[in-house]
Amino acid sequence: MAKEYVIEAKGLKKSYGSNQVLKGVDLKVERGTMLALLGPNGAGKTTTVRILSTLLSFDGGKVSVEGYDVVKEADKVRSVIGLTGQSAAVDELLTGRENLVMMGRLYRLTKRSAVARAEELLKEFGLEKAADRPAKTYSGGMRRRLDLAVSLIATPPIIFLDEPTTGLDPRSRLAMWAIIKKLMENGTTILLTTQYLEEADQLADNIVVIDGGKVIAEGSAAQLKGKVGKDRLELQFAGEKQFAEAVKALGKDVADKNEKDLSVTTIIKNTSADVRKTLDVLAKQKIEFESMTIHKPTLDDVFLSLTGKQAKKPAEKKKGKK
Amino acid sequence: MAVQLEFEKKPKLVLWVMDSLLMIKRSSTHIIRNTDQLLGTFFQPIMFLVLFATVFGGAISQALPPGVTYLNFLMAGIIVQTVAFGSTTTAIAVANDMQKGIIDRFRSLPMANLAVLNGHVISDLFRNGISTAVMIVAGLAIGFRTNANFVDWLLITGIVLLFTLAFSWLSAIAGVMAKSIEGVQWLSFIVVFPLTFASSAFVPLEGMNDGLKAFAENQPITHIIEAIRALMLGWPVGDHLWIATLWCLGIMVVSMVVASWLFRRKTSH
Repeated sequence: MAKEYVIEAKGLKKSYGSNQVLKGVDLKVERGTMLALLGPNGAGKTTTVRILSTLLSFDGGKVSVEGYDVVKEADKVRSVIGLTGQSAAVDELLTGRENLVMMGRLYRLTKRSAVARAEELLKEFGLEKAADRPAKTYSGGMRRRLDLAVSLIATPPIIFLDEPTTGLDPRSRLAMWAIIKKLMENGTTILLTTQYLEEADQLADNIVVIDGGKVIAEGSAAQLKGKVGKDRLELQFAGEKQFAEAVKALGKDVADKNEKDLSVTTIIKNTSADVRKTLDVLAKQKIEFESMTIHKPTLDDVFLSLTGKQAKKPAEKKKGKK
Repeated sequence: MAVQLEFEKKPKLVLWVMDSLLMIKRSSTHIIRNTDQLLGTFFQPIMFLVLFATVFGGAISQALPPGVTYLNFLMAGIIVQTVAFGSTTTAIAVANDMQKGIIDRFRSLPMANLAVLNGHVISDLFRNGISTAVMIVAGLAIGFRTNANFVDWLLITGIVLLFTLAFSWLSAIAGVMAKSIEGVQWLSFIVVFPLTFASSAFVPLEGMNDGLKAFAENQPITHIIEAIRALMLGWPVGDHLWIATLWCLGIMVVSMVVASWLFRRKTSH
């Protein structure tokens, strides 16, 4: 069966005055899969999502969602998408239930459907107890969940998640991930933006890395990791003497060494043979090491090698968008 | 999926009206839940009425036509002033929506986005209606007496409603354009304060200097106040009623068009 792309952007360009935010972004999302748009702050992730979800006009390129043109057929696009933005867009003074029912009605659900679906989502998202409290009393995690529930009220087949876990504590993040995974099991097509490599790695089928308004890499997590890397073996020594001897003994096999940590790293191309070879060299010269670690390349490595910048760790809190 | 979803299949126009009704319900719920503002709705008019009547009453009553008490004179002015100030909450409500993410949520829905403005304007009509009713009751309690008959009251109600709509739409423009909530508050303050004070709301125009008097005599607020005052006190209404009606309709239509246009422009780029 031919692949069916539900979201397609070709040569997407957008400028604010002389500041070109998107410099020709291409991306495709296959039906029933998740694409993660990964990039640092200011890379153009939110701009891309806002264009794809009909909120923003653009200067060049072609964009279609479910076959509809996002400019000419914005209304049709809006009836098949759900959007969860960075700042939780719920009505603070309305209760969780009222928010859901109102948004359901605005999605053109009949009153009965909206009420029933609201009940179902409140249960699913663990918001039953808080259902009749105004949303302003909700915690950050609850608010995000309500926000996501609101965008699912009419069960749209396509969901945009713009940094859904930014600023959440680890527990809320895991809860959010569980919900997103369940959505994927139900066959929803998802476009997720994130600055967290771990998130893209955990959830997405495909990843597009974007920086400075350009796509700098794309592929599955495994493919991207394959681009940078081989596994590495890191050996830690107890003293400077052993460290120096090891460096000498391993010679040009040393890929990296750290005199402060007394650690030596070698590249492993063929796991068992290369590890054995390294250990044999040390054993022959009776050099003892203290500990040994095998590093798999992470998306962080990918990111670093592609952009020259260190990616953010989930623990760091991100400032709101401009 | 357990719940089988059914969608409304109605003509577009009906759906647009339904959107507006939903937004009116939303904004009205805001008014009820926003307890601080609700207190203002009830107590501010009473406070103004009592303060003005007691503080200025003695001094100003000398300048009034014989037989007219200051309280009876003041009633029309204080109603219009309260409504004018009250309508600025539309600006704040609209600005609130524009600043927060919720406007993006609405825009990503297949709804008629202008319903958001309709909701705030119409629900403000309810709130201002309540304020006005509270004030009239409070006035009656402290000695306000009126010669108005049923038809006069209908006319008064009509002109107050029209005035509220006109000013709410006007303040919706401020709400759409505003960069911050504080900005809106200041903007409405510097528009509404001079307009209501440089009018016949609290004092007869006779005592004003020529320049101010010329402005006050010809600005819409004075016509609106004079029309209501004449209807309440059984004075001849003269040209005030139709001039006031034209002003209100004019402001309403122009503001509606401008606010909607600005809103569309702001929400579609």
